[in-house]
Amino acid sequence: MSAQYPDDLYYTKDHEWARLEDRDGQKLATIGVTRFAVEQLGDVTQVDLPKEGETVKQAEVFGSVESVKAVSDLFAPITGKVIKVNSPLGDSPEYVNEDPYDEGWMIQIAVSDPKELDGLMDAAAYQTFVREQGE
Amino acid sequence: MRETPLHDAHVRLGARMVDFGGWSMPVSYGSGILDEHRATRTAVGVFDVCHMGEVHFRGPRAAEALQRVITNDLGKLTDGRALYTVACLETGGIVDDLIVYRLSAEHYLVVVNAANREKDYAWFVEHARGDCEVVDASDQTGLIAFQGPAAQKALQTLTAVPLDKLSRFSLASDCQTAGLRTSIARTGYTGEDGFELFCAATDAPALWDRLVEAAAPLGGKPVGLGARDTLRLEARLPLYGQDLDETTTPLEAGLGWVVKLDGADFIGRLALRAQKTSGVNRKLAGFVMLGRGIARHDYPIESPDGAPLGTTTSGGPAPTLGKNIGLGYVPVAYDVAGTRIVVDCRGKRVEAEIVAGPFYKRQGERA
Repeated sequence: MSAQYPDDLYYTKDHEWARLEDRDGQKLATIGVTRFAVEQLGDVTQVDLPKEGETVKQAEVFGSVESVKAVSDLFAPITGKVIKVNSPLGDSPEYVNEDPYDEGWMIQIAVSDPKELDGLMDAAAYQTFVREQGE
Repeated sequence: MRETPLHDAHVRLGARMVDFGGWSMPVSYGSGILDEHRATRTAVGVFDVCHMGEVHFRGPRAAEALQRVITNDLGKLTDGRALYTVACLETGGIVDDLIVYRLSAEHYLVVVNAANREKDYAWFVEHARGDCEVVDASDQTGLIAFQGPAAQKALQTLTAVPLDKLSRFSLASDCQTAGLRTSIARTGYTGEDGFELFCAATDAPALWDRLVEAAAPLGGKPVGLGARDTLRLEARLPLYGQDLDETTTPLEAGLGWVVKLDGADFIGRLALRAQKTSGVNRKLAGFVMLGRGIARHDYPIESPDGAPLGTTTSGGPAPTLGKNIGLGYVPVAYDVAGTRIVVDCRGKRVEAEIVAGPFYKRQGERA
């Protein structure tokens, strides 16, 4: 079981996270939804994601999550080109519920502009944000 | 926001509460909608339905006054029996769908949808024309549904009423359950065998706790509105406000069986008789998604070549079937099992197939 809000992630107000890494000088970001999002969604039954090679733009819709109850849009935390999609989610959308920060990741992108990360929250700020949402 | 007498119990159980038509209601209790759905299909689910309304018609002319506002034939009811019906406008549009219980020849209990409580009560009072007493007892009445294949076994541990003798759509009134004064009806909204227990609103928390305790050893548990919706959709039971409203008639909604055009007069009979004679243009059809997509309320329905046909009214996953299903209004010619339609799921065209009858039928239930 991963932490509620891991320290090494960037967070959006729409409850997505991004994990940044350097690979051969290229900045990559893995993207998913937070545990708070998962608790709000309930059982995820379908995840619709972009294809490899497509570009996602910060704060714009890049896919959707269907839970038993409703459908919710996914908003990209950061702009970039999709280089990998977590295709097992097609058959096993429950990974999003079970392990949102690891098995439940959604896409990995090649980051266009790392400066965009400045507009995102760290774990502490996100935790405060979520607490305020809950009230 | 309005709260049922069970609000504190839900919070204590860790339920996720949401606004449901002005009511703070539990969506699910932590184990998730799918788990609660499964518990109801395999054991027993305990549902807070205290938000629903209870209206009493009382007096020597109660039957006459009630018959005026319902399409089904009240004359065939005997004491302790219930029927499903709709109330219609003069246009034939549906005011609400209802369960009517006959307590005696001069006393009927009508259970109405939560969102329609005020509207229905005003409608009933207006059309009773003073012929009988019409009393809204909703705030004083608790209602808990106890649904699933293990419902009888679990409930029998709490009451001396011989439940095996209580047939479907029957009511045992004024009996003791867990030492509390209740009425037990063999009715429900899940497609399973089960009961609905009426009690005083003040007794509801105690009754709830005892029912949850009785359910637990058999694998039962509290079930929220999320699973209530997936359960009723699998059983193809319509939901007022989505599948039914004042612009749809019971004939269009596939509820022709509760419209008795040859019985006593009722509001809407002329319009419904005319519609029956001329034939309906559209029908509420059930469909199974063939492609990858989940239909929700109010998605466009098209023919495979792109002609607009209508809109979906309900939709979602059917956990027992492992498919995605839905309901929607389509032209009559399309309401034929096996017909292909397309649902526009937020810009994605997904193929679906019309199916006849309930998506799920419990074992032993007659077709």
